Amino acid sequence: MLNALQNIKEQAAQALAQVSDPKALEELRVKYLGKKGELTGILKQMGKLSAEERPKVGAFANEVRASIEALIEEKAAALKAALQEQKLKAERLDVTMPGKAAPMGKPHPLSKVLDEVGEIFLGMGFSIVEGPEVELDYYNFEALNIPKNHPARDTQDTFYITENVLLRTQTSPVQVRTMEKQKPPIRVIAPGRVYRSDAVDATHSPLFHQIEGLVVDKGVTMADLKGTLEMFTKRLYGEDSVVRFRPHHFPFTEPSAEMDVQCFSCHGEGCRLCKGEGWIELLGCGMVHPKVLSNCGIDPEEYSGFAFGIGLERLVMRRYNIDDLRLFYENDLRFLDQF
Amino acid sequence: MNLSMKWLSDYVDVDGISPRQFAEAMTMSGSKVEGWDTEGSEIKNVVVGHLLEVVPHPDSDHLVICQVDVGAQSPIQIVTGAQNVKAGDWVPVALHDSYLPGGVHIKKGKLRGVESNGMLCSLSELGLTTHDFPYAIEDGIFLLEEPDLKVGQDIHEAIGLNDTCVEFEITSNRPDCLSITGLAREAAATFQKPLRLPVPQVEKTSDDIHQHLKVEVTAPDLCPRYVARMVKNIKVEPSPRWMRERLRACGVRPINNIVDITNYVMLEYGQPMHAFDHRFVAGGKIVVRRANEGEELETLDGIVRKLTPDMLVIADVEKPTAVAGVMGGEYSGIADDTNTIVFESACFNGPSVRITAKNLGMRTEASGRFEKQLDPATCIPAVERACQLVELLGAGEVIGGMIDVDNSDKTERRIPLEADWINRFIGIDLSKEEMCQILTRLECKIDGDVVIPPSFRSDLEHKADIAEEIARFYGYDKIPTTAIRGTADGQYTTEQKFQHSVNSILQAQGLYEVSTYSFISPKYYDKIRLPQDSLYRNSVVISNPLGEDTSVMRTTTLPSMLEVLSRNYNNRNKSAALYEVGTVYLPQEGKELPDERAVITLGMYGEGHDFFSLKGIVETLLNRLNIKGYSFSACSTHPSFHPGRCAEIYVGDAKVGMIGEAHPTVAENYAIGTRAYIAYLDMGLLLANAAPESGYHPLPKFPASTRDLALICDDETPVAVLENAIREGVGKILEDVSLFDVYRGAQVAQGKKSVAYSLTMRAADRTLTDEEADAAVKRALKALDKVGAQLRS
Repeated sequence: MLNALQNIKEQAAQALAQVSDPKALEELRVKYLGKKGELTGILKQMGKLSAEERPKVGAFANEVRASIEALIEEKAAALKAALQEQKLKAERLDVTMPGKAAPMGKPHPLSKVLDEVGEIFLGMGFSIVEGPEVELDYYNFEALNIPKNHPARDTQDTFYITENVLLRTQTSPVQVRTMEKQKPPIRVIAPGRVYRSDAVDATHSPLFHQIEGLVVDKGVTMADLKGTLEMFTKRLYGEDSVVRFRPHHFPFTEPSAEMDVQCFSCHGEGCRLCKGEGWIELLGCGMVHPKVLSNCGIDPEEYSGFAFGIGLERLVMRRYNIDDLRLFYENDLRFLDQF
Repeated sequence: MNLSMKWLSDYVDVDGISPRQFAEAMTMSGSKVEGWDTEGSEIKNVVVGHLLEVVPHPDSDHLVICQVDVGAQSPIQIVTGAQNVKAGDWVPVALHDSYLPGGVHIKKGKLRGVESNGMLCSLSELGLTTHDFPYAIEDGIFLLEEPDLKVGQDIHEAIGLNDTCVEFEITSNRPDCLSITGLAREAAATFQKPLRLPVPQVEKTSDDIHQHLKVEVTAPDLCPRYVARMVKNIKVEPSPRWMRERLRACGVRPINNIVDITNYVMLEYGQPMHAFDHRFVAGGKIVVRRANEGEELETLDGIVRKLTPDMLVIADVEKPTAVAGVMGGEYSGIADDTNTIVFESACFNGPSVRITAKNLGMRTEASGRFEKQLDPATCIPAVERACQLVELLGAGEVIGGMIDVDNSDKTERRIPLEADWINRFIGIDLSKEEMCQILTRLECKIDGDVVIPPSFRSDLEHKADIAEEIARFYGYDKIPTTAIRGTADGQYTTEQKFQHSVNSILQAQGLYEVSTYSFISPKYYDKIRLPQDSLYRNSVVISNPLGEDTSVMRTTTLPSMLEVLSRNYNNRNKSAALYEVGTVYLPQEGKELPDERAVITLGMYGEGHDFFSLKGIVETLLNRLNIKGYSFSACSTHPSFHPGRCAEIYVGDAKVGMIGEAHPTVAENYAIGTRAYIAYLDMGLLLANAAPESGYHPLPKFPASTRDLALICDDETPVAVLENAIREGVGKILEDVSLFDVYRGAQVAQGKKSVAYSLTMRAADRTLTDEEADAAVKRALKALDKVGAQLRS
């Protein structure tokens, strides 16, 4: 019987080696290991064996079964792998064909940069406040130390609704409204639309956006103003940005300054982009005029503050090298799709 | 303000400072330099030549051949076409390889076969005009008549074309810096150099002004000071070269000696001067008064101006002769036969001049200065300087004496000097002595703990102004940079977060954000077919608009969106899906300011876009914003929309917006040649109706039962009615009902449609039995029957 078992083992090994599809493999499994298979047939004759032979034959029979099972399993795995490989080959795609895009819109470039600016200031502990665009003369001018017939009104050609109501020429009235509502410490920015009677051309628009900033607390200094705006510029334009503050005049700040950023193109040497100056004007700022604080019911002996105003269009134009402001308000998709 | 560096160097030593260094230092100390220009900088290798011989060209009847001495070993030969040259003339010669303004490069060459080694120049070829050199002619070679000419001398030196002009942007608080002396003061303080400002004085006078002139000021509130001096036997002629050069460098055209003197003094002292003919001062008396009702005056520009009683005039006993601080009268100006003149050097009330100039529509150089409120103390040195110049130029004989009607406020301004406060305010650490040094340099007087600013610094009023003076001369660049102390929580408001959600949801659905003007033309209300009596025509109106197109604040965003759709359509963009969160401005009864409401406006046209794709976007927006219980209700009355393709959007009972296809006439009005779809929603109402975030629902433990229903109903019946009936009939166990087919055609009767729904039912606590599901469907069919829908057989 041992010989017969040996024969089965060898035959099975031979037959399995030649199998090339799962169906034939299953047939062989039945042939050798099935209930009516050859191995079972031999084991059924075990009863005829002597007591000494039986364990020996039994052990060998198990060994033969194990070896055939192992071979079948091995073969099954090989066949599965071959089949999968064939399938994968057939399913090959030309991956250079275009993808199927889901439609996705985009923010307007002004919103995109405004959001970025907002987040920079949010990170520095500022909140974002808003105020009306149709505004009282008082908030736009008077409370900001610009009385009627002050020459500073000339630099901001104003659209009037009535004698007392106008389209705000700056976001600074939000400073006043904020200080009237909220006691220090105050740390806010106020973005929004402003209006000036400028005819439309590549660099002028009767409507544009400003971002106002206001900080009021005990012990706020001009050094804080410089530090805050320098940090803002580095966050927006990169850590290697260089800024300078030079004296200027605004009726509602004292001292006042304008902040320039060193020309990105020539690094201060002077080129076409910066009109030979080496610097590009970025924003106006200053220490809140004590009279403005008083106008808003804040004691200038106890508190001090700084304020700044940034032109959003200018910031965005600089960022993307846009040379015509009208594009922002024409809203051609071929423009909007670039941001 | 343009500054001649030569003129400046009369008062402060700026030798050895390059224009660039000068510009940077002045900018950093507060006088912003916009640029500078060195006169004749484009002219290179042009020299003075002396014509030795001029002979006709053998082959031309209009060319001549000149032998010119240019200081070289031998004369050079130049051919010219000019007719005004002869031997003995002195001329500017552009030598071989020379440059002229505009980048013109001169090289030697041959003219009709004769060698020419350069070019003789005209005025215009040197970038000059007859205003610069009144003795020269416009067309023809510039024949030099300057004293001490030398052959070969550089032309810049020979004709004084070597000044540098620096252009400043002067802020409105510093009218004193609109002058050479003002900028000299700033330069002296910036470079820490001594200031040399002489006190002008007249050497010789005769006669007495009081014999000829009286001045009465009846409106001292509008004229704090009026100073007059007189000059007789004047000779009107061109000014000397040095004066013309300086005026030219500062951008002022030389006219004649008297006019030039007034301009020269205005530039030097910042004080506008007025000279007028004494003959025309009727009654020998000047009256400074408010104009009478109905008075008129013909100003120097030849226009007759109607005056009003709030305007200040300079008058004689009969009539006004000038609008004070704005413009002189035609009638009293200087003429060729003028013998005796009056110099007026006055100070007027700034706001009054500003209003007058604005109301008369004539802003002049003088009014632009007066309106910034000039220093009454400058009136005297300015008029003295004018008389000194008359004497210097030999332009007339100065009459003795001066009339000075002085009503100005001479109270000293006393500002506390609080060194500690300034240090804390700026964030620096300077001693009081260091501060005093800076202030003294600026001509402030220090009296213990008090600063007394000079009269010309009317901008210094408050201790913060003193802090600025300290800061700018200490150097803004030297102030440290520090971070704000203390903590603060920066966060978005609920409204801002909501708007951010709106942006993300709409962009994720393929919509591009746009930004449009808030003002529109009232005609746009016609373009969107608003009836004449529509409330939306009641807009906030701009009283001084740029044009009709931007003259009212919009009450609806429809025109703005339609315009953008139109522009994209006409720019041949095949399709567009856009949105804007924009503001509308609704006037409020009894309130000065309008209600400014944020409106979300969606617009689209082109392939893939129809009413239902827009509605889907709106529904997704509402769902994602967590707005419950919204509905769409057909609307056929909105004038801007297609009457059969338009719905009002409700949340509960509140109307929050509209959706629809643009009315074909509206699309046509906007030249949109395809169907356009628009929706708008009031953002404030949406926010008010957004449900708070809801908690989690456990995942279902029991299976769902599904049933499909094919129904027949009238074609007119809105499917929303059927859906409501199903919801009502099935009740709580209805998990979902979805429409999957609508059919009209041969298989159903005329005027009917077939509508198919798939129902999903589930109970949270058990598996529904078939009997329960069937019973629910029966209830639904009963409810459907009530609205005229039956199961399709």
